[in-house]
Amino acid sequence: MSSLRDARKPKGPDAPPAKDLRGARYWRSLEEWADTPEFRRFVEREFPENASQWADPVGRRRFLKLMGASLAMAGVGACTVQPPERIIPYVKQPEEIVPGKPLYYATAMPQWGIGQGLLVESHMGRPTKIEGNPDHPASLGASNHFSQASILGLYDPDRSDVIRRAGRIDTWDNFLAELASALEVEAGRGGRGLRLLTGTITSPSLAAQIEELLTLYPGSKHHQWEPLNRDNVLEGAKLVFGRPVETRYRFDRAKVIVSLDSDFLAWGPASVRHARDFAGARRSEDGEMSRLYVVEPTPSLTGGVADHRLALESHRVEAVARRLAANLGIEGGAASVESAEQWIAGAVADLQRHRGDSLVVAGDGQPPIVHALAHAINHRLGNVGSTVEYTRPLGARPVNQTESLGSLVDDMRSGGVDLLVILDGNPVYDAPVDFDFAAALQSVKLRIHLSQSEDETSQGCHWHIPGAHFLESWGDVRAFDGTVSIIQPLIRPLYGGRSSHELLGALLGRPGLTAEQAVRDHWAAQMGPDSEKQWRKSVHDGVVAGTAFPPLTPQLDEAALRAEAGSTTSPSGMEVLFRGDPCVADGRYANNGWLQELPKPLTKLTWDNAALISPAMARELSLENGDVVRLSHGERGVEAPIWVLPGQAARSVTVHLGSGHRRAGRVAEGVGFDAYPLRESDKLWNAAGIQIEKTGQRRFLACTQNHHLIETGLASQQAHDRHLVRETEIEEYRSNPEVIHEMGHEFPEEMTLYPPHEYPGHAWGMVIDLGACTGCNACVVACQSENNIPVVGKQMVEMGREMHWIRIDRYFEGDLDDPRYVHQPMICQHCENAPCEVVCPVAATSHSAEGLNEMTYNRCVGTRYCSNNCPYKVRRFNFLLYQDWDTPSLKLMRNPDVTVRSRGVMEKCTFCVQRINAARIVARNEDRKIEDGEIVTACEAACPSQAITFGDINDSASRVARLKADKLNYGILNELNTRPRTTYLARLKNSNPELADG
Amino acid sequence: MASRPELEKPPVIEPGHTYATVTDKISSIVLGRHTPISWFIGFAISFTLFMVMMYAITYTLVVGTGVWGINIPVGWGFAIINFVWWIGIGHAGTLISAILLLLRQDWRTSINRFAEAMTLFAVACAGIFPLLHTGRPWLAYWLLPYPNTMGMWPQFRSPLVWDVFAVSTYGTVSLLFWYVGLIPDLATLRDRSKRKAAQIIYGIGAMGWRGSAIHWHRYETAYLLLAGLATPLVVSVHTVVSFDFAVSLIPGWHTTIFPPYFVAGAIYSGFAMVMTLAIPIRKIYGLEDFITMRHLRNMAKIILATGLIVAYGYTMETFMAWYSGSLFESFMLENRMTGPYWMMYWALIVCNVITPQFLWFRRVRNSVVTLFVISLIVNVGMWLERYVIVVTSLHRDFLPSSWGMYAGTFWDWAIYVGTLGMFLSLLFLFVRVLPMISIFEMRTLIPGEKKDGGH
Repeated sequence: MSSLRDARKPKGPDAPPAKDLRGARYWRSLEEWADTPEFRRFVEREFPENASQWADPVGRRRFLKLMGASLAMAGVGACTVQPPERIIPYVKQPEEIVPGKPLYYATAMPQWGIGQGLLVESHMGRPTKIEGNPDHPASLGASNHFSQASILGLYDPDRSDVIRRAGRIDTWDNFLAELASALEVEAGRGGRGLRLLTGTITSPSLAAQIEELLTLYPGSKHHQWEPLNRDNVLEGAKLVFGRPVETRYRFDRAKVIVSLDSDFLAWGPASVRHARDFAGARRSEDGEMSRLYVVEPTPSLTGGVADHRLALESHRVEAVARRLAANLGIEGGAASVESAEQWIAGAVADLQRHRGDSLVVAGDGQPPIVHALAHAINHRLGNVGSTVEYTRPLGARPVNQTESLGSLVDDMRSGGVDLLVILDGNPVYDAPVDFDFAAALQSVKLRIHLSQSEDETSQGCHWHIPGAHFLESWGDVRAFDGTVSIIQPLIRPLYGGRSSHELLGALLGRPGLTAEQAVRDHWAAQMGPDSEKQWRKSVHDGVVAGTAFPPLTPQLDEAALRAEAGSTTSPSGMEVLFRGDPCVADGRYANNGWLQELPKPLTKLTWDNAALISPAMARELSLENGDVVRLSHGERGVEAPIWVLPGQAARSVTVHLGSGHRRAGRVAEGVGFDAYPLRESDKLWNAAGIQIEKTGQRRFLACTQNHHLIETGLASQQAHDRHLVRETEIEEYRSNPEVIHEMGHEFPEEMTLYPPHEYPGHAWGMVIDLGACTGCNACVVACQSENNIPVVGKQMVEMGREMHWIRIDRYFEGDLDDPRYVHQPMICQHCENAPCEVVCPVAATSHSAEGLNEMTYNRCVGTRYCSNNCPYKVRRFNFLLYQDWDTPSLKLMRNPDVTVRSRGVMEKCTFCVQRINAARIVARNEDRKIEDGEIVTACEAACPSQAITFGDINDSASRVARLKADKLNYGILNELNTRPRTTYLARLKNSNPELADG
Repeated sequence: MASRPELEKPPVIEPGHTYATVTDKISSIVLGRHTPISWFIGFAISFTLFMVMMYAITYTLVVGTGVWGINIPVGWGFAIINFVWWIGIGHAGTLISAILLLLRQDWRTSINRFAEAMTLFAVACAGIFPLLHTGRPWLAYWLLPYPNTMGMWPQFRSPLVWDVFAVSTYGTVSLLFWYVGLIPDLATLRDRSKRKAAQIIYGIGAMGWRGSAIHWHRYETAYLLLAGLATPLVVSVHTVVSFDFAVSLIPGWHTTIFPPYFVAGAIYSGFAMVMTLAIPIRKIYGLEDFITMRHLRNMAKIILATGLIVAYGYTMETFMAWYSGSLFESFMLENRMTGPYWMMYWALIVCNVITPQFLWFRRVRNSVVTLFVISLIVNVGMWLERYVIVVTSLHRDFLPSSWGMYAGTFWDWAIYVGTLGMFLSLLFLFVRVLPMISIFEMRTLIPGEKKDGGH
């Protein structure tokens, strides 16, 4: 609070007149609020009972949640889920709304300003589940963990629900009044003191509003900043094309792919589409299988599926790029990269054999020259037009964001900024440390921050305006290929949030402007005479037809590369890599419990970030998991716990951004360490020459798999011996299709004491393609959202009590310093001879007539015998009351078709039985059979690479039955005669025979 | 004490006793005004621990089983370990009273009463755990087969249902056996007590026993029949308990040797517990005449014999892990011996296999202090054995991705130590208000009175 008061000090004379009025109103409303009978009852009756719960942490947490939620909900009063005038029972039922039947609406989720098309399931006006939009180019029906978890972001009880001025509750009218007086001053001098700071803007309507603002105040400036920005991509394009262009990759057409530190399957606006395209090109039946080479400093999901992965420090990737270019005849000064020569030679030979259908991709974290070299190589190989397409930049106003933010900071520091409006974003937290944004911010006279929660930046601003979630407001956004989606809201703002359009409307002097109006007006002008029909179609489909950017054919200037030739430096010592967190990204999702508890794909850490180091470095510095070290660079430093990750380049330390929030909500605060204080504007992605010092402290990290076993390799060795993950070379498979089956032991089916089950109707089954799975976690969160799975917290995870129904098993294989890693989604296997069923004393888990292993929560007494006897350990137990039964907003979020489990019962994957039953009801009403593909489980729907197939194995024409007949199909632990219904397709590798040792 | 054991079996009661002295000596402990101060101290400590247990149980019920250390993959922890341990301890009582009775081992007479009481209290302690360890203990009665509106039976294929039958039968038979054995002594106490209240209470318990010939006749028949009923239970209860493990498919549990090995282990730990209790009691109450060195030596021999069976069990487990050629089995054993719980495993080997070997020596068998120490070590060892079986089998089973670790929490320990408190509290009350040695049976042992020792 003191910092808030400080924040008010420099602002000076404009405060006093309004202050008393606001103060009085504040107190009056608080009293009114405190006097409500609900609150009195709550205090008088609830508190004494709950007081005892302070004694134990679990009860206390619940109590605090209850208390906090009550406060939060009391604040919003009527909560405005429905407009007040309609809070009456339906006398006449609204069209389309049938209680119990969900409706689906198309919308899109903006992430880093770029859109992902979604279909949102809505139950009686409550959005409950996110699916991908099959018509959207970036989705094709799939989604990722960020979009899946956005539903929790919507209902997050920690979202801000009041306008605040310097920490005190205030009103929109007072805000408008103060804004108007500030704008009046600006209008008098052409807006010289007005600055607008946003993230990347692709929204055409928002861009138009910004243009209008800049025209109205010619002296004002628009700045953009994303901590995980794509400056390198655009600068690299500028280098060789002379102008910024966007690159679009066609992984479905590429037969040989070389990734230069690009995690294209997991990061970036098109990752979901990339995963789909890439998986398609890997399926063997489509003729030639693609081959992937990856060079990267830190293990990524893309590296995990590579045929040839090379771990190299980040700064040496440039040398590899130069070497590749040189070997392909592009001039540009090639240093030799010892230890990588063989890899490079193999890649070059492969690329040369695949002119026109190969692809070289550079990562966002690589400097512009690497991008430029990739462009040159793609040009030289004739890939442009086939696997590579160029378009105009996605951003409506493409700028170098680091420079953009830098110039804003300079202006602020020189006192040239009087009015700063920040739309979303949290620059106080995530700006490069050398900018010292927080300090510079203090010299701005009036600072306004629009954001969904009160964060570090809100604290440093005069006005905090609660922002609307994308599911609450209208908008529009472009996808990776330029396609526009109209964002339509599914619910009125739960916490009274305002959209960027509204705030810009206020800046433009139209305070009553709604987001819907702004967006519609913009598109009415764009769509022309037929606009109403087009608008309806666009909103319905989730895409505006014909808005994809046409391909460009920019001229490549190879000479520019020669100019950059001498810039290769090879810094010595250790480097630190700054990467977005796989779960909370740049920190924007830090208050999302689903994402915090989601095991990071490679480390399997939850609720924490760590400094990832290679086993070699760990040995050298005698560090162990959990040792806290001080990472320092010059006088800057952060303290971080160590995590040893096989596959990390020997001299690289990876830190994930986005944790260690000082203010962001109850979930985010105090989780992990903040890596931003080490990140400088000229070293956004990696900094060489860092020092590591042991502090002697230790930090306890919650890891979900093999906490202490990675170093010894015991778990991976055992996994290998047990043939859990089966894989082989494509050539070997072609010469002997039985190779996968020969790896394990089959069991004669009749060897069971009990009579076999009969399945006269359907028999549900699932196949998971390990060749397609990248381990991206989309299914895990989709399952959590669909099935009302609770979050348990760090301590519970450390105790081994996480509740996710899908566990993605991760195994390392081979040398500890240069391993391969594989992912294997593990869910209830729905065994024919299920070991859990026979040991349950009360028949709470039983076999259905369609072969599902069903869990009857009401009947479960919680002996946990079923879990003990499950060889796959996929059952989850409610050891405590994990589900939040009290927070009202979270009640709105739940899937009404799935039981909310209480304390003391077992749960597990049901094959989304609620979806099976929904399809069964529809089919029965229509008097027909359930068709193949009609039932899509939540995990299957979310999977970007279509690795999961669900269906009826009794129907020999179904996709799942055909996959089960595949020679790659195998069951895990077949030797136990459990006869799992969930089977796996073995992973095929396509190694280059010239690189024999892989 | 016995100078020439090779010529004649040493007496089970020291010379010089008559009917009157036996009755006086035993009944005065109960009816006498003077309660030793050590009783009060011991009872206070035990009762405090008992209250700790009540608190911990309340806390567990209010908050949930999550206050314990159990997790996925280790779904069973202290509760099951303690349950098996306590049930095992109970076994010695039944063995002493039933099987030794049928085998006409008259030396059993002086220890059977409190061994039976021990059985009963151990079963009571054991019974707490299966109830409490369920996620929703208030619904645990669903394991019982009773007509209900749900139209549901228990799931009879589950060993846990078998457990319900086995343990409840065992508890019932043990209680009956113990009570029937008490009736003539209760009548003695009724007749000898000077206070009205005691006369009434003991009188009710004595059920109108007048010591007539027909009473004696019916009594002997009933007692023998109950002994016959209890005898199979000695074998069956722990066999069924072992099925909880053996019927599952977890490496380290799924073993055919479990039933005999569990029964032997139960008797092993049971006799160790009888010894642990008998040695201080005979000292404090001056009962060396009744619980003689011969008793202790005999029990030591049984401990040695059952200890050897248990050791054989360990050996066979190891052998089969290797001989089966099963990767899972051999890994399980390797993990037990060298994995994170290796100390537990080797401590159990030292306690259960190495320690009883000292009982081969007569000097050890004749040393009360040494016997006491050995019995304590065996008790610890048997607890460790259950810990190793339950925890190490579960914590690393089939899929390495699901491996985890287990450790008991404060509440686990509080309940475990608390049951020890409850057990001892009940024992203290028992020795104070009931004859801890069967008076009428001891009278039959007096030399020259009834040589054959029959009834």
